[in-house]
Amino acid sequence: MERLLDALAILSLALFIIVLRSLRREHIRVEHSVSWLAASVALLALSRSRALLERLSAWLGLHDASEALIAIILVVFLGVFYRYSRIVSGLKDMNITLTQRLAILEHKLQRQHEETQDKS
Amino acid sequence: MTPGRTLLIIPAYNEEGAIASVVREVKETLAELPILVIDDCSADSTVDQARMAGASVLQVPYHLGLGGCVQAGYRLAYELGYDQVVRIDGDGQHDPRDIPRLLETLTRTGCEMVIGIRSKESGGLQTHLIRRLGIHFFRLILRPILGRSPGDPTSGFVAVSRRALQVFGRSFPLEYPEIETLVVLQRRRFRFEEVPCRMRRRMAGRSSITALKSVYYVIHVLLGVFINILRFDGRPRRGQA
Repeated sequence: MERLLDALAILSLALFIIVLRSLRREHIRVEHSVSWLAASVALLALSRSRALLERLSAWLGLHDASEALIAIILVVFLGVFYRYSRIVSGLKDMNITLTQRLAILEHKLQRQHEETQDKS
Repeated sequence: MTPGRTLLIIPAYNEEGAIASVVREVKETLAELPILVIDDCSADSTVDQARMAGASVLQVPYHLGLGGCVQAGYRLAYELGYDQVVRIDGDGQHDPRDIPRLLETLTRTGCEMVIGIRSKESGGLQTHLIRRLGIHFFRLILRPILGRSPGDPTSGFVAVSRRALQVFGRSFPLEYPEIETLVVLQRRRFRFEEVPCRMRRRMAGRSSITALKSVYYVIHVLLGVFINILRFDGRPRRGQA
């Protein structure tokens, strides 16, 4: 169990550092980094507080704290993935609309250009 | 037919082998009908072929899929003030001689959409077994939703009214739109009619729906149909005007 908690602490720290590094290099926008940073901090706190983990485990009705830990990790990452699925879907909708608007405006401009040429 | 108020749209993706013939055939049959080819970012000479044949071309800057491509055409038609839009496929499967019958039905019945369906009686070409099974399956699924069983819910030969254009401009399926479109119409209590039409073999190219993709097609369309039933009316999706 201790080894699992240590591994989780290391992974959480690694996630935190990777996200910060990506932010510095502008690979991730600040508003999209919050979920990952929050998830890494939550998992780090959980990995360093055995008492909290045992209380959570008892509350969930699990005998083993490691089972509770795995369940919590799963829920945290599912939450983050769901949030990003929503963000990606929203971006795709906006992208489609922009693409269609661009095509329509280009078409209208081309028509205007052709009409102007015909008149002159 | 009302010349000048009807637009013919032809969504096309890599249809260089057929698009020019399709455009010329429409021009020979219905000379007064403006033709708009919507090119879904083809990698071949579809755009040049369509322009040389005398069509106007709406070029989408990246590949949107059939639904996104058709919706762009509907949006443009609505903005330009067209009252009716006819959509035919760019592979030559649809006979332009049937277009006046679709438009006449749209005007006479006052419905929002007319579908040109594959019909044995009209001497049309019958499709292959897998597609026939698919059509039958979706007819069964759609029957309780629509209150009737559509003859061919997968047909891409349609005429739509201005009211439908307005709705489709806001809500239109991105992929495989034909079946979901019927549910979108139903959500608005819009009506559709069917007209038996001649269906021919595609002039060139192959269908994008392969055997493997047909499984994805069924799942995708089924999900789309049920989500459309659940979707709250009048709530536009993000990014949609």
